[in-house]
Amino acid sequence: MTEKHLKEGYYFWSGDVAAAEGAIAAGCRFYAGYPITPSSEIAEQMALRLPQVGGRFIEMEDEIGSIAAIIGASWTGERAMTATAGPGISLMNENIGLAVMTEVPIVVVNAMRGAPSTGLPTLIGQGDLMQARYGSHGSYEIISLYPNSIQETFDLMFDAFNLAEKYRVPVIYLLDGLLAHMYERVYVPPREEWEKRIVRRKRARKGQLPYEPDEDLVPPMPLIGEGFRIHATGLTHDERGYPNLTPQAQEKLIRRLNEKILRHEREIWKVEEFMTEDADVIVVSFGGESRAVKAAVKKARKEGIKAGMLRLITIWPFPWEYIRKYSADFIVAELNYGQIYHKVREYAETKVHKLNKMGGEIHTPDEVLKRIREVSGK
Amino acid sequence: MKVEIKFGGLGGQGIITMGFILANAAALYDGKECVFTQDYSAEARGGASTSEVIISDEDIDYPHVEKADYLVLMSTSAYRDYIHKLKDDGILIIDEDLVRLPEGENRKVYAIPATKIAEKLGNPIVANIVMLGFFTEVTGIISPDAMMQAIKDRVPKRFWEINERAFQEGMKHAEKNL
Repeated sequence: MTEKHLKEGYYFWSGDVAAAEGAIAAGCRFYAGYPITPSSEIAEQMALRLPQVGGRFIEMEDEIGSIAAIIGASWTGERAMTATAGPGISLMNENIGLAVMTEVPIVVVNAMRGAPSTGLPTLIGQGDLMQARYGSHGSYEIISLYPNSIQETFDLMFDAFNLAEKYRVPVIYLLDGLLAHMYERVYVPPREEWEKRIVRRKRARKGQLPYEPDEDLVPPMPLIGEGFRIHATGLTHDERGYPNLTPQAQEKLIRRLNEKILRHEREIWKVEEFMTEDADVIVVSFGGESRAVKAAVKKARKEGIKAGMLRLITIWPFPWEYIRKYSADFIVAELNYGQIYHKVREYAETKVHKLNKMGGEIHTPDEVLKRIREVSGK
Repeated sequence: MKVEIKFGGLGGQGIITMGFILANAAALYDGKECVFTQDYSAEARGGASTSEVIISDEDIDYPHVEKADYLVLMSTSAYRDYIHKLKDDGILIIDEDLVRLPEGENRKVYAIPATKIAEKLGNPIVANIVMLGFFTEVTGIISPDAMMQAIKDRVPKRFWEINERAFQEGMKHAEKNL
């Protein structure tokens, strides 16, 4: 069968469709999932499209099975993904920890909705930001990205897969109920061009131990089915992959799992700085919410208030240098009771203010503007 | 130029489809910046349904309608729910048999019996396309060719003919009556 790839051109896509198409363009060839609003259209699109490009789609019995399946697929060398939301991401968290511990590249999309529990299935929430970082048990580092337009949802998928493969780590790809179901125009470049963006994982050399790291602290990955003797365990292990239940092995392994991300944080960070240079007030935001913030910043500028927006595209590892470098006051606009607010406070040497909504909808530009006026004293 | 349009009605009337077709036409066939959002209740039919389209020459930040230039309605309940979203000098476009306006509604109103026209064409399901034809002629913000392309993108081929007639009937009604 001839493969059916995207043609260059403009498409009118929802965030879910753009996430699926972006993943396929970025080389994803295995998807296992259990549909849940507002991420279901990702599964739908993957079910349609993966067989057309020689990939595999499997609908699993639940979210625990789904993430287990993509971890297994990744061990065979496939770029593998799942997508979920709300209760589904909670179920996946134990195995996200397994992927961290066994250093398996996977991409997990979480289309955040109103929560806790079943909450607001069709509507936006931003309550899972800390969960993306700390959802599984243990002390570890993870990578999390969060786009704010449908074009960026497509483009950022390349980063998601490349980072997962490069650092052998799960990437939590955050979307939200707004982006998932919102449509915008997306430009897809010619295939030759987007294929150049793909970075493949380092492959283990013959005779190399499965968890023997290179200088960058990332061990090249041996693949199942290529003659390597692989033992992958969630137990603390040595460089052979065998359980080694000692404080010394734990110290060495967990330090490396953290350091392999933190040492490269500057390469991982992506932010958008909009009119921040001379700003007296900077609004920190991300995802769907940042669309209101940008509109508000433009309105504030028209009133003569020096406002700016710092949009975090990389949520984890937290791009703290972009907070530290400004001497403006901050407002953290987020659809939760205050999460990234605490991270900004950790690094800001100025005043940090909250602007929260519990989910269901993003702030209106006027609501953000009102807060900017209050903070700027104008 | 920035135009904000809100559609409202009941689940099953094709309210989301209307917004999608208009947005798709603007984005892909008229080459405009465009955002489409949707909201619907849990019921398959009969619940509240709304969609929003913003068309602009520049990047669109806030993706929802702040104040609508056009409010297109297919039920009285949608009038109650969304009339506060219409600008003071905004234009109301309604299915005249399905939307009862209260006394004192002084805004500019364009009315069409869209569902009746669709029934005469043989299928009430194309009422939303009749309405889109009417909308296209009344507002002039989108080219009829772009709209027809977008309708064909959305509708299975065997229904192209009746949808094309529905779109043209909607346009004609505007030409004749305005």
